[in-house]
Amino acid sequence: MPSPQSTMIAFAVDPSPLQAPPAGRGRSAAGPYRRRRRSAVLPGFGTSAAITSTVVLSLIVFPLAVLVLRAASLGPGGFIAAAWTPRARAAYAVSLGASLIAAAASSLLGLVVAWVLARIEFPGRRLLDALVDVPLALPTAVAGLVYSALYVPQGWLGQWLVPLGIKGAYSFLGIVLVLVFVSLPFAIRVVQPVIESLDRDTEEAARILGASRLQTFLRVVLPGILPAVVTGFALSLARALGEYGSVVFISGNMPFKTEIAPVLVVARLEEFAYAEATTVAVMLLAMSLALLVIVNALQQRLTHNAR
Amino acid sequence: MNRPWTAVGLVVCLGVIAVAGGCGRSTADPTTRVDALGAVELLNVSYDPTRELYRDINQTFVRHYAEEHGRAVEIKQSHAASGSQARAVIDGLEADVVTLAVWPDVEAVAKAGLLSSDWEKRFDNQSVPYHSVVVFVVRKGNPKGIKDWPDLVKDDVSIITPNPKTSGNGKYSFLAAWGSVLATGGEEEDARAFVTEIYRRTPVLDTGARAATATFSQKGIGDVHLTFENEAHLEVDESGGELEIVYPSRSIRVDPPVAVVDTTVDKKGTRHAAEAYLGFLYSPEGRAIVAKHHYRPWGESPPMPAPGEVWPEIVTFDISLVGGWQAATPRFFGEGGVFDSIYQPNGG
Repeated sequence: MPSPQSTMIAFAVDPSPLQAPPAGRGRSAAGPYRRRRRSAVLPGFGTSAAITSTVVLSLIVFPLAVLVLRAASLGPGGFIAAAWTPRARAAYAVSLGASLIAAAASSLLGLVVAWVLARIEFPGRRLLDALVDVPLALPTAVAGLVYSALYVPQGWLGQWLVPLGIKGAYSFLGIVLVLVFVSLPFAIRVVQPVIESLDRDTEEAARILGASRLQTFLRVVLPGILPAVVTGFALSLARALGEYGSVVFISGNMPFKTEIAPVLVVARLEEFAYAEATTVAVMLLAMSLALLVIVNALQQRLTHNAR
Repeated sequence: MNRPWTAVGLVVCLGVIAVAGGCGRSTADPTTRVDALGAVELLNVSYDPTRELYRDINQTFVRHYAEEHGRAVEIKQSHAASGSQARAVIDGLEADVVTLAVWPDVEAVAKAGLLSSDWEKRFDNQSVPYHSVVVFVVRKGNPKGIKDWPDLVKDDVSIITPNPKTSGNGKYSFLAAWGSVLATGGEEEDARAFVTEIYRRTPVLDTGARAATATFSQKGIGDVHLTFENEAHLEVDESGGELEIVYPSRSIRVDPPVAVVDTTVDKKGTRHAAEAYLGFLYSPEGRAIVAKHHYRPWGESPPMPAPGEVWPEIVTFDISLVGGWQAATPRFFGEGGVFDSIYQPNGG
């Protein structure tokens, strides 16, 4: 099965173990590998560990620590006063609710699209395959503007949908729509290589042994790809929770209805209330972290069961 | 056996950090800004709608300064939402001058110690070289018959204005509506009821002025858009005859202040050019350019926007009607302020 666009990470194996043995230790017939007992397959563990920890510390942990410290400077009373107002709670509910729905929709749609791209040969497949990544490159504010222009009552889609009662702009639905747009590539790209790597012989065997098509899918195919689908869900969720640019253009930002939490952050920054602004961000981060931990645990169980 | 590699990794990482740190320092080095030819480089940190205005001002000022002082100036512009520009300067963006939308933003820069506290007295008219007013933009033929403030809350009129918590344009529109009640003899309670009704009719609260303009003009939402006179002209010109400006009988005067950032110009040695640059906004030549962009220049007999055009008469009140920015900002737009109370589910 050709997979020109497979995004699975390919580890470029460093040739250095073949060159690395210290001089003078003699290359025996057994080859260099024998000398390096219990050595890992990939070379340079120390190097990569040092680089990894530096990158993780400086790019992820430090900024987050500063964020938490700033918010903590208010003390517990001040933190709750700033981060747990009725309006903020409503905004968390909008952010989390829309992100969960969007991530679920992206996972389902992503599975279908990934299946088609991986399994079915049709004209324009490569073009479609390339198009999948476009939402990642497009500035999301542009997506928000285009979506809202499409779904307003005079818009191309809105003029048909709004009379039917479907409001895709300045509504909760609008938020979900753009969040699906920005998160769908993750859901597709995680599942696609897994489908491509499925052993089709097993499916054929199942069919020959009398399983129905549905049974084959549910019992043979799905257990293999479900962990990837859940990973796609987690990535989509994380992407959706952090999204700001596109949402502010389509949500209408009505307090208690369609206002997402990041808008509150911006509002507090306008008052030059930095610490108060960070409390909202910290709350959002904590909720995302909790959700991601749950999803990851689920994913690990699924992976375990699949084996 | 892995130790040499660990060492290599550490060296690489330290190198990266050193280089990154070095880069950071070199851009912050003030002396690099004045190049070998002696050209002075100024950075004007401004807000969104002034992009076109300052492009024009810069061209003329550069010529003017070279003629008068025999020195080349190069001016860079930076535009974004006024509040975030103020924060950028506070956080270390080396602006020589700030030309922001609202007084609180410049005051915040002063409070951070980058301007002297008497910055308002450095230039004429409390450092406000030009004004604007909040006006209405309506659809062609004014189908809802909107002429003045009370017309905004009749029938099913729907209103577009950005979120006053995140937008200077939104703050002014809010205060214009509030002040229109006080200035015609209304009480505070009447003003509160009036703005509550206005925001009840606002279906979208965009976070910035330009987004609100797009919502009204391109997406066709709302019957009237509250915005600055200069923005209204841009919006109407671009609409190709689909929109019109309506001047209410009275409105708030918009005062965007300017200031030289003392810490930057003293470090870079650019004070002379920076002061001349802002002073140029008050000169006859500068005022003519300001007027051309539909900002009302300060002072006696202001130049007209274009030959044959006149500034429409409008009675203005200013921020002092609501006690000045210092009191008005937390009261109206702070957390739990008047604007927030409008949206309390069972309040205001």
